[in-house]
Amino acid sequence: MTVQPAAEPILRIDHVTKRFGGLVAVDDVTFDVKRGEIFALIGPNGAGKTTLFNGITGIFPPTTGRVVFQGGEITGSPPHRVAALGIARTFQNIRLFEYMSSLDNVRLGQHCRMHAKLWDSLFKTPAERAEEKRVTDNAIELLKFVGIEKYTHVYARNLPYGSQRRLEIARALATNPALLLLDEPAAGFTPQEKVELMSLVHKIIERGITVFLIEHDMKVVMGVSRRIVVLDHGEKIAEGTPEQVRNDQRVIEAYLGKQH
Amino acid sequence: MTSLRQFWQSGPRRDPNTVAYIVLLVVAISFPILATVATGGQGEVMINVAADAGVYVLLAVGLNVVIGFAGLLDLGYAAFFAVGAYTYAFLASDHGRVTPLGEPIHLPFWIVLFIAMFVAASFGVILGAPTLRLRGDYLAIVTLGFGEIVPRIFKNASVWTSGVNGISALDIPALPLWLQGPWSGDPFAIVPDFKIISPLAYYVIMVLLLIISVVLVRNLHRSRLGRAWMAVREDEVAAAAMGVNTVAVKLLAFSIGAAFSGFAGTFYAAKLSLVSSENFGFSVSITIIVMIVLGGMGNIPGVITGALLIYGVIFILLPQMPEYATGFANSVGLSGLTHPSGDFPGIGEFISRLKFLIFGFILVVVMLVRPQGLLPSRQREQELQKGIAHEDTVIEDVTAEVGG
Repeated sequence: MTVQPAAEPILRIDHVTKRFGGLVAVDDVTFDVKRGEIFALIGPNGAGKTTLFNGITGIFPPTTGRVVFQGGEITGSPPHRVAALGIARTFQNIRLFEYMSSLDNVRLGQHCRMHAKLWDSLFKTPAERAEEKRVTDNAIELLKFVGIEKYTHVYARNLPYGSQRRLEIARALATNPALLLLDEPAAGFTPQEKVELMSLVHKIIERGITVFLIEHDMKVVMGVSRRIVVLDHGEKIAEGTPEQVRNDQRVIEAYLGKQH
Repeated sequence: MTSLRQFWQSGPRRDPNTVAYIVLLVVAISFPILATVATGGQGEVMINVAADAGVYVLLAVGLNVVIGFAGLLDLGYAAFFAVGAYTYAFLASDHGRVTPLGEPIHLPFWIVLFIAMFVAASFGVILGAPTLRLRGDYLAIVTLGFGEIVPRIFKNASVWTSGVNGISALDIPALPLWLQGPWSGDPFAIVPDFKIISPLAYYVIMVLLLIISVVLVRNLHRSRLGRAWMAVREDEVAAAAMGVNTVAVKLLAFSIGAAFSGFAGTFYAAKLSLVSSENFGFSVSITIIVMIVLGGMGNIPGVITGALLIYGVIFILLPQMPEYATGFANSVGLSGLTHPSGDFPGIGEFISRLKFLIFGFILVVVMLVRPQGLLPSRQREQELQKGIAHEDTVIEDVTAEVGG
């Protein structure tokens, strides 16, 4: 089952600029992410890709411009509210809860979808127990979905590198997002692992979740994304299909340098 | 059926804490009997000391929520203890008569217990709300300041608190019903409106309150909130990105800890029938932190064990050391040492002066030998082994089918 891209964009980045003091990390960037697609943001190191993710998720709100998610403005909303609205993310340098089991990492991901109040937790009310059971079952299902169920009770820090990346995806999926932001999910992967990851991304799309991924390596995204935006020095230098982007003069220059 | 089997497979069987809880419970129940038998019916003094130790256990369990679970370094925990104690002193004594209020207030102990928890928790919120937005170290300094300010206010606002004299003759707590028996030297009877005076009664109530507290804290730890605390402790940014309202969650930990401290303060004041600003200084806050760290931060049975041991060392072992030393010198034929001569003050006085050196030495040795604490939580144990990661280090048992 493939969800057809709808007309209304799920995420709109509207003239977003982020300055750190005198440094302009993201410079007046505008683009749309359509519902149900695999959208890729690429660019050389230091192009401002992660800064843009941090702007969307409220970790470092944009200096100017607007972020619109599913028709509502979320510019400057705190991260936990953005997550509750339905945007989940992974981190470029894995940020798992290292001393929590894989299971607990994924259960934590469901925090904002749970209803237990202090009172329920204190007295372990039947509703709380039922919710915990549901959350645990769901977490195990997600661990199976990303293919790391054999590490259910292992501390996150003790997982092999590739499985840690997968656990981060499972934890993000646990927040029940409409839009999943993946920050260089294939970094440090072997070609074989990259292929496996991309098939996982396709499985995520089949669940009706829009995927917006950052990638440093152009080759990885060419195979999966229909639409790509290229950032360089904080500016959008190209947008289009993989073919269009690949043949764009400015993109070639950004990646390979100017020809003399 | 499935859920029952699942519960059994995932839970209590492999939890080493189960053993610790059972041991602690057995000790708590058998202690009064043993103390009475060992002293030939004169166990009241020991039971009394044990009931006092219970206050510290309660404080340690509460501070463990703040430091052990949520990772917030609170250096002014004694301030909330003071708030709880003074709340009882105001609301359950004749003291109101000498304040500008002019009227004494006599509320029942059990009601004040809840009021004190609420008041202490409110102070926790007032202090935490502006500071918990900042990161770790700032909170430590702010709480340190708060811990210094509160006892000083109680000391200097003498119109309301009688200053250095403190407030005395607080109401004796009463129970609506109590079972009398041979253990207190009376015939079997159910007595209404029982005044809690005997050390045994205090001890029993303390143990019951502790059991309730431990069950509640343990429930919290294994809930949505407990997980959120752990996550915030490990990585605040990641926790926020996963939908955890980090400020709210930290504030909750802070005020729950404060509520415990207020609760312990009320009990302490009621038992001592006296409050004085001298009893809530920085050294109390530090003692409780030592109890937690030494016992095993984040692990409830560890924290209880740590509290009991440190209490034993500070309030029983150290004060008796001079006596022991004197006795020892006499028994090995060095009775000359027991008398002052020249600069030497006599072995008893000498040891008495070295008390805190010995205490410090014990702490240093324990922490060097067992840095993770006596009964550490699994997380803590792992953290201290950082760098020696083993892929096969599992928390429970991977081979057990979780799906059932």
